[in-house]
Amino acid sequence: MRPEAVEAMLPFLSEAFGNPSGAHGVARRARKALDEARDDVATALGCQPGEVVFTSGGTEADNLAVAGVIGARGGVAVCSAAEHHAVLHPVEHVGGRVVGVDAAGAVDLDRLAAALDDDVSLVSVMLVNNEVGTVTDLAAVAELVRARAPRASLHTDAVQAVRYLDVPSVAAVADLLSVSAHKVGGPKGVGALVVRQGTPLAPLLLGGGQERGRRSGTENVPGIVAFAAALRATVAERSELLERLHRLRTRLADGLVQAVPELSETVPRERTAPGWCHVCIDGVESEALLFLLDRAGVAASAASACSSGAMDPSHVLAAMGVAPSRAGGALRLSLGRTTTDAEIDVVLEALPDAVARLRRPAA
Amino acid sequence: MNVLVAMSGGVDSSVAAALLLDEGHDVVGVTMKLWGGESDSGCCSAADVDDARRVAQQLGIDHVVFNFTAEFDDRVVAPYVADHAAGRTPNPCIECNRHLKFDRLLARAEQLGFDALATGHHARTGRDEATGRWWLGRGVDRAKDQSYVLHVLGQHQLARLRFPVGTWHKADLRRRAAELGLRTSTKPDSQDVCFITSTGGRRAFLGDRIAVRPGRVVDTDGREVGEVPAVELVTVGQRRGLGGLGGGATRYALDVDVETGVVVVGPPEALLVEEQAVGAVGWVDEPCAGPVLVQCSAHGTPRPAEAVPDGDHVRLRWATPQRRVAPGQSVVLYDLADERVLGGGTALARR
Repeated sequence: MRPEAVEAMLPFLSEAFGNPSGAHGVARRARKALDEARDDVATALGCQPGEVVFTSGGTEADNLAVAGVIGARGGVAVCSAAEHHAVLHPVEHVGGRVVGVDAAGAVDLDRLAAALDDDVSLVSVMLVNNEVGTVTDLAAVAELVRARAPRASLHTDAVQAVRYLDVPSVAAVADLLSVSAHKVGGPKGVGALVVRQGTPLAPLLLGGGQERGRRSGTENVPGIVAFAAALRATVAERSELLERLHRLRTRLADGLVQAVPELSETVPRERTAPGWCHVCIDGVESEALLFLLDRAGVAASAASACSSGAMDPSHVLAAMGVAPSRAGGALRLSLGRTTTDAEIDVVLEALPDAVARLRRPAA
Repeated sequence: MNVLVAMSGGVDSSVAAALLLDEGHDVVGVTMKLWGGESDSGCCSAADVDDARRVAQQLGIDHVVFNFTAEFDDRVVAPYVADHAAGRTPNPCIECNRHLKFDRLLARAEQLGFDALATGHHARTGRDEATGRWWLGRGVDRAKDQSYVLHVLGQHQLARLRFPVGTWHKADLRRRAAELGLRTSTKPDSQDVCFITSTGGRRAFLGDRIAVRPGRVVDTDGREVGEVPAVELVTVGQRRGLGGLGGGATRYALDVDVETGVVVVGPPEALLVEEQAVGAVGWVDEPCAGPVLVQCSAHGTPRPAEAVPDGDHVRLRWATPQRRVAPGQSVVLYDLADERVLGGGTALARR
């Protein structure tokens, strides 16, 4: 977590423990903090404070967007095949349509056009893909949706995007937008769904009517306050971070392509945000590679980890049409705020060794 | 030594990991994710992975999960279904040992630089000083001995395997687990095939995958005496559920023909044979001919026979007539001291 986020939440874990719905001094302090956090989040995301619905994280925000719109209005939900499971599974759950993606993982506009009609009431397309980092042209998606499915609301999962993109301008076309605190240096277990005024939404959680009846449950004040602090810092640092990440990613990707034979970048760099270096390595199994990298002090990933801790094959790479043999050697290296040149050096040292070891024929 | 220990989430492999640590090895625990479908027991449920991970945490060792679901489907589940469809009685745990634990996982362990792979099986291994050859022996606790399901092991594998609990009695293992405060110390032993649920059973599992057919039950004279709901689930030697009409003597399944959907039943003595053919035989060391002891089920009684190898087949001449072994079941040969595994294979149908 960012230090400013930790610091921001501490008072609300101790003396400022009030429930913001209360009618006394302790409660008022919590209420003020909650109101201010909502203002900050709204500013960072380019919406009105009343349009921010705090949730338990990105997954709940995505679920609320899909189930909330379909629940309020009925109709058909549509999403891309490379969405996070937090969108994909709710869309499948309501019998929606899943649209193919291009070789980079962005929704295929022709196939999207074919899936849109007057029955569609929700379209969900992520802004930046969580596995491979591909950026979607949301304006083009929005134009298509307005033309082909005029009744539909547009949702975008911007959980990854807030670090890299100017969300207020890029995502202004979206009616709903999901974010998560822990992707911007905030705590786990808190996030938000932006619901633009006029967007129909049935709540998932019923109860005390918090969040204007859109999400009942006592607000996670420490988490929300820390989320706002982390988001403020993220926006303030964004241009500096982007510059640094571009430089580090170039070093890493160039270095790997040079040092490891039969290694290829999964998506052209110009189509991705700079927090991803996703590669496929022939003749190597991701799981074995991750083990050796872990031993060498490199924390990497392949697809998305399932609850048991085992690696499941990536639905994103499958949707992109990456052959299973190539996807089997997928490796996702993530770069962020704290990534250093020294860490890039460690990877450039460890990865070629690990690959060479795994390619050695069995005794 | 760097040792990878396969942890199923049970007490045996938990203590195996602890014993290896006591011996001063560098130990990493691994749980294989094998089955993605419904399960309520065995090595692959989420609860078992949790137990394995929590034991590893208690012991202070790293724990990883390897996803071998695709291989498990191909090498264990699909052949299991195909065997039943063909009227054979498969041994999926042995195929899992053959293809997953002692092939896929062992190769992965070697690839990752481990000197050995350990499991919680009740069996012993050792190396003959004079010949340098490895042997595979029964576990000290005869009631828990698992050497039968390990008969697929050869020299290459044995050289890289450790069975730390093979010299322990189960009661002592549980006591040791309790002393260490391991959460698995009182966990019941797993008994059943891990991908078959207790609610649905084999019938539901197979019914979802193949068209099971009702069968006619006839006696040795060809008279119809009953029917069975799924001929694919009848095992040679089976007594229960054969729908005998009008009481009379106990009848056993003598032959199962899934093509025609006919189960032939008869009195127990009709099951007795002088010889048993065994196919796809593998040997722990060199092929053996002559007098041996033969075990035909996981906890069956070893019976004396004369082994006559012929390529990868073996003909067994029983010292006294024995019941026919259901085709597909593992037949394992032991030395006359009933201590060491010589080899084993799969029972063939009567020709």
